[in-house]
Amino acid sequence: MGKGTLEADKTLGILLSLLFYKMLGFLRHPLVVTADINLNVVALTGVGLLSRLWRLTYPRAVVFDEVYYGQYISFYMKRIFFLDDSGPPFGHMLLALGGYLGGFDGNFLWNRIGAEYSSNVPVWSLRLLPALAGAFLVPMAYQIVLELNFSHCAAMGAALLVLIENALITQSRLILLESVLIFFNLLSVLSYLKFSNLQKHSPFSPSWWFWLMLTGVACSCAVGIKYMGVFTYLLVLSIAAVHAWHLIGDQTLSNVCVFCHLLARTVALLIIPILTYLLFFYVHLILLYRSGPHDQIMSSAFQASLEGGLARITRGQPLEVAYGSQVTLRSVFGKPMPCWLHSHQNTYPMIYENGRGSSHQQQVTCYPFKDVNNWWIVKDPGRHQLVVGNPPRPIRHGDIVQLVHGMTTRLLNTHDVAAPLSPHSQEVSCYIDYNISMPAQNLWRLEIVNRESDTDVWKTIMSEVRFVHVNTSAILKLSGAHLPDWGFRQLEVVGEKLSRGFHESMVWNVEEHRYGKSQEQKERELELHSPTQVDISRNLSFMARFSELQWRMLTLRTDDSEHKYSSTPLEWVTLDTNIAYWLHPRTSAQIHLLGNITIWASASLAMVTYALLFFWYLLRRRRSIRDLPEDCWLRWVLAGALCCGGWAVNYLPFFMMEKTLFLYHYLPALTFQIILLPVVLQHVNDHLCRSQLQRSVFSALVVAWYSSACHVFNTLRPLTYGDTPLSPSELRALRWRDSWDILIRK
Amino acid sequence: MLCDTSRLLPAGAATTLPAQPRSRGSALRCRRRELHFPGHPALPFCDFLAAQLTRPSFPPGRRVILRRGRMPPVMGGSLAGSERRARRGRCGPQAARAVGPDVAAEDAARSPKRLVQGSRRFKAAGGWALLAVVTLLSFATRFHRLDEPPHICWDETHFGKMGSYYINRTFFFDVHPPLGKMLIGLAGYLSGYDGTFLFQKPGDKYEHHSYMGMRGFCAFLGSWLIPFAYLTVLEVSKSLPAALLTAALLTFDTGCLTLSQYILLDPILMFFIMAAMLSMVKYNSCTDRPFSASWWFWLSLTGISLAGALGVKFVGLFIILQVGLNTISDLWHLFGDLSLSLVTMGKHLIARILCLIVLPLALYMAIFAVHFIVLNKSGPGDGFFSSAFQARLSGNNLHNASIPEHLAYGSVITVKNLRMASGYLHSHRHLYPEGIGARQQQVTTYLHKDYNNLWIVKKHNTNSDPLDPSLPVEFVRHGDIIRLEHKETSRNLHSHYHEAPLTRKHYQVTGYGINGTGDSNDFWRIEVVNRKFGNRIKVLRSRIRLIHLVTGCVLGSSGKVLPKWGWEQLEVTCTPYLKETLNSIWNVEDHFNPKLPNISLDVLKPSFPEILLESHMVMLRGNNGLKPKDNDFTSKPWHWPINYQGLRFSGINDTDFRVYLLGNPVVWWLNLLSIALYLLTGSFTAVALQRGVHLPAEVEDPGLSQVLLRGGGQALLGWVLHYFPFFLMGRILYFHHYFPAMLFSSMLTGILWDTLLRLCAWRLAPSSLARGIHVGGILSLLLGTAYSFYLFHPLAYGMVGPLAQNPLSPMAGLRWLESWDF
Repeated sequence: MGKGTLEADKTLGILLSLLFYKMLGFLRHPLVVTADINLNVVALTGVGLLSRLWRLTYPRAVVFDEVYYGQYISFYMKRIFFLDDSGPPFGHMLLALGGYLGGFDGNFLWNRIGAEYSSNVPVWSLRLLPALAGAFLVPMAYQIVLELNFSHCAAMGAALLVLIENALITQSRLILLESVLIFFNLLSVLSYLKFSNLQKHSPFSPSWWFWLMLTGVACSCAVGIKYMGVFTYLLVLSIAAVHAWHLIGDQTLSNVCVFCHLLARTVALLIIPILTYLLFFYVHLILLYRSGPHDQIMSSAFQASLEGGLARITRGQPLEVAYGSQVTLRSVFGKPMPCWLHSHQNTYPMIYENGRGSSHQQQVTCYPFKDVNNWWIVKDPGRHQLVVGNPPRPIRHGDIVQLVHGMTTRLLNTHDVAAPLSPHSQEVSCYIDYNISMPAQNLWRLEIVNRESDTDVWKTIMSEVRFVHVNTSAILKLSGAHLPDWGFRQLEVVGEKLSRGFHESMVWNVEEHRYGKSQEQKERELELHSPTQVDISRNLSFMARFSELQWRMLTLRTDDSEHKYSSTPLEWVTLDTNIAYWLHPRTSAQIHLLGNITIWASASLAMVTYALLFFWYLLRRRRSIRDLPEDCWLRWVLAGALCCGGWAVNYLPFFMMEKTLFLYHYLPALTFQIILLPVVLQHVNDHLCRSQLQRSVFSALVVAWYSSACHVFNTLRPLTYGDTPLSPSELRALRWRDSWDILIRK
Repeated sequence: MLCDTSRLLPAGAATTLPAQPRSRGSALRCRRRELHFPGHPALPFCDFLAAQLTRPSFPPGRRVILRRGRMPPVMGGSLAGSERRARRGRCGPQAARAVGPDVAAEDAARSPKRLVQGSRRFKAAGGWALLAVVTLLSFATRFHRLDEPPHICWDETHFGKMGSYYINRTFFFDVHPPLGKMLIGLAGYLSGYDGTFLFQKPGDKYEHHSYMGMRGFCAFLGSWLIPFAYLTVLEVSKSLPAALLTAALLTFDTGCLTLSQYILLDPILMFFIMAAMLSMVKYNSCTDRPFSASWWFWLSLTGISLAGALGVKFVGLFIILQVGLNTISDLWHLFGDLSLSLVTMGKHLIARILCLIVLPLALYMAIFAVHFIVLNKSGPGDGFFSSAFQARLSGNNLHNASIPEHLAYGSVITVKNLRMASGYLHSHRHLYPEGIGARQQQVTTYLHKDYNNLWIVKKHNTNSDPLDPSLPVEFVRHGDIIRLEHKETSRNLHSHYHEAPLTRKHYQVTGYGINGTGDSNDFWRIEVVNRKFGNRIKVLRSRIRLIHLVTGCVLGSSGKVLPKWGWEQLEVTCTPYLKETLNSIWNVEDHFNPKLPNISLDVLKPSFPEILLESHMVMLRGNNGLKPKDNDFTSKPWHWPINYQGLRFSGINDTDFRVYLLGNPVVWWLNLLSIALYLLTGSFTAVALQRGVHLPAEVEDPGLSQVLLRGGGQALLGWVLHYFPFFLMGRILYFHHYFPAMLFSSMLTGILWDTLLRLCAWRLAPSSLARGIHVGGILSLLLGTAYSFYLFHPLAYGMVGPLAQNPLSPMAGLRWLESWDF
């Protein structure tokens, strides 16, 4: 035994030292920085910046979706909590960073597209970050093509195409997130390529580590901006997995070495992105600590963690609910809207519209507003008094209670009468004794759903409880249906007999709570009207807050609203649609999201060419006919996997989505397509043009084609920058497709 | 040494196999294989081995010999193998040489060739007998107490009703393709059911109606699942224990049993899925004899089963996908085989196109042709279909009808939305409730035919009666401004700047005015899509849009269901977005005008491709329309594999006869565990192979890693394809959707446990004991499932008496999860 452990220790020691040697080997060498500057990149960055930053503050008015993102920037500036289901908060935070740097105080009413910005809005710094991201796309496209081992010429081509793509320019120059998303998408691809090129000759070097980590961080930034980033992340992951699989098969490497490689990749591409993603939410929740208009969507516990929200009311409430406690009960389900258990003087109508009868007792509903009628008193069935004893007797899981409606002192009751709108369930009422053979059935057994043990005490806010009716074992449930006019359109509450498993609509929690003191009903009514008293705030752990927020963001359903400029994915490839972003209030100057149609068409064409050529080569290789040298084939495949793959993962998922889609959703996919274009051109030039003459002709054609793209760019430029008013006839001339909606003043 | 394996292998491996000089052995093997496969000269050994794994059916000969050696030939495990041996004997001697002297010697000592041949016939007979036992047991469990309960259970109310429709030849609409219901109808017809039972709601007694024919038919198909699964597993793993285990899991699963005993589509669907899987596996193992009779037989049978599966439910697409993937990889390997000429390759390709694409498509269309021919009477499904479609159905007012061709002023018409299953423009004497737009008369779309669908076309500026015989007929033309007056209530179709009841960004459409006198908000411009101005408007064929003159919006149906106040008809709005979608396009269906001559509508009858396309559009829309309501308890895909919640087939209270669809938890949880274990062992093996580690002879040589990776991979792929797509579906989902996937996961379990037990046995003990461990393990699994079935059988066969909470109940103590509710 001893020997065994000793050996195990030894092996472990060796393993650790090997690990150190392999993975942290770079520590043994001095850090040396040598700089060589590619002037191409500098020049491209320069023109990129020029094209994106030129007259950035124009128009000084809210353009299109700025109206949407702007309100969140304001929330950040005011530190008010909000919930936006369109994506994780990193993108919003970046935009808000611009506002912070520009000293924005958040005081602007983002209500209308076209509204003039007031002087306190730092338009330039708000628009700066997206514009910078957009500008850097140009040199990054260059770098990516270069890292794919294609020529400088092709790389320049890619960069210049990105430079003159009108839609990318428009989208970059405004307070929008697409350009930032594309930036991180390309960054993750670029850094992965850098990393995998370093893999061959200098694994575990500082730059190797840098690019590997950067891949992970960039991926998670992309996800943090829009969920769509997940697909690019998955693409990078799967390419990394294929490479790792080859690495496993490489028998020149030792097992430890392979293990180190795999470990490094797991850490950088799985763990770091997850941590970064959590970090976004952490910062988000740190920044937004004040309560705001979206509070109600969140649970009571979450609201209690915000400053001035529920905390203002609930602070200092007694924690443990005792017999005699006055409570409000909130439905945990929160659908169709958050609401509280409620009752009022009015009774159920004797006969419903459809002829069924009711008990004619007092209505019990769920009411979406705070109201004095939401107060209930928890009563011990064995005693009469409605005050908390001294010491208070806390209520535990499994205890039998009665619920007394505070204002009417009637007891919560259910019986074998069909509920008004859900006839399969029992009616819930506050019992009125009409002296007919309908006895009171008002005992409820308390079940704490999230208990840790069966002796848990019922706690304010924290405990999620179910009320099980003792006589019929029906469970108090929010059915979600709106009662008709006699029930004031409040929500129906029923007793569910057939409880099929657990469902949130049957779960309630105590939101406001105080120990009842007043003996007399008059006194009690006064007490109920007074606000609850105040002391400590409750803290919820970050992970609990994160998981709740993330879950709500993913499950929140907003009505799919139709939009004048919404479009379907099929219309994007052919640029059959456009979006009018802004129209000058007086002149006809206007901004449109409109692509450079030459580039769109040729990029699609290039992709089709690529696919055809790829399958042709693939089939011939299978028959052992090698048209391309091996290294050439490999880089051809990698370029295709990244660019075609990037296009596919950023485009095809939209066919599955049910939300309203716009042309700008296509831009990430388009960028990948554009990068493929020069790759295909170079391939045609190198491998398909057989003679020098053919090559020259081909080059001439490419130049002609590029100048036509430039011409299109220049023609559409007024609509991209929106700085030149055009005459109606000029505008009409720009309407190249009938489906383009260009605004012409009459 | 190619690579240092000792670190990856546990110490035990190194000690049990010392005799074999590893490096020499592997070198030897590599050379041998190089000779055999001139097509891959450049591949190093390990890569080659990895490639081997994806190559179908190469090493069976070798596998057979070795199984006879160290592997216990448990329960006739070598039956199928010995058949192969005769065919592909050439690998045998070489393999034997390669394994090394000790194994070969043992091989010779333990199973001399004579003995093998002598017992071969006996084993074949044993194999058949076992198959017969499995089949019989399956039939026995499925047909036991089939007649109970003698009332409608769950979805029998739909599918039984649809069977009746076939017998009565009444046209109906359903979201699934017709084959399953047609077969149910046929079974009912043959067994003497006359189609008169109403199938109104679950719980209705069948009384004197003959329902056993239909139930028996479903149970018959459902019973075949088990022999099919048995044969499939036998084919991919060549191991009887694995096949037996799979068969036991499925036989003793209460869920499969329940689902097979009622008039449902699922047994039929699963029958075809498993048939396709079996024939695909069978034809895979025929690859060494392409174009032989059995090859053609299994290939075409695959195609037929695919058509069957797709013909029952669209879920059949998943098995089509699986067969498609398998075929592509198959063709890819053939294509890489340079010894095959391109002509042969072409033949292979064409054979597959014929059998797997053309044949299924033809059958699928034939199914629909039969469906349309059989159902020739008008019925409840008419309104879902376009006007031209309805002209086919006898009893429909468009059948053999003749109506005026061009729309004229004074005509009484019905207007139908072109969006499938959206209905007729409708109004009735009810007002929009307070608070929802203006309190004027409701305008909706309604799927059924009704007098309230009739509208009169009037000129916008005159109120003179256009039917006055003294006036000449005036046709309505494209671009005219008209008024539509509701015939029953004499109110005009009207719109204004109030938001629509559900779609807030649209305008409300109402009925307005008294006796046809309204205001300028009643004026609509009628336009024909893609036509020139001045054209007349043709009944049925012109696609028209109605544009509101004042607001410029377009009349459309949003497809949303109005609440109770709107009688759950569909909302009609006026949309300010002028996009050309089917929502805002209408056609004129009925047309009455005494002043115009009628023409026959027979010219309109659509061709078969058109009705095929249309019925598919309607089915897809219907499927998408099955959305869960907000507060329903819906089954989520993640519930299914963990057997979280069952489905109540019959009965609620303790006096009722209760049947509860729930998987046998032992089987299901074992399946769940197996998937996890499989992923672990599978990836471990794959990585080891990719690293070029030499697996111990026991693992590698009988092809266990092959079985695990290839056979198990097939089953896992089937499970993934039949399960994960449900996560992406927006429609309402039920527990029973998981059952096709469950079949595959049971197959995986069978393969996995057989392989694992063999591995463990070898690792732990000498060969004699190893055999015992293997047999014992399999037997205990079989008995365990059988016992759990004994415990849970009341779920499927029905129970009466107190609910499970009550200690007196037969199911007391078996309610292992709170969410089960029986």
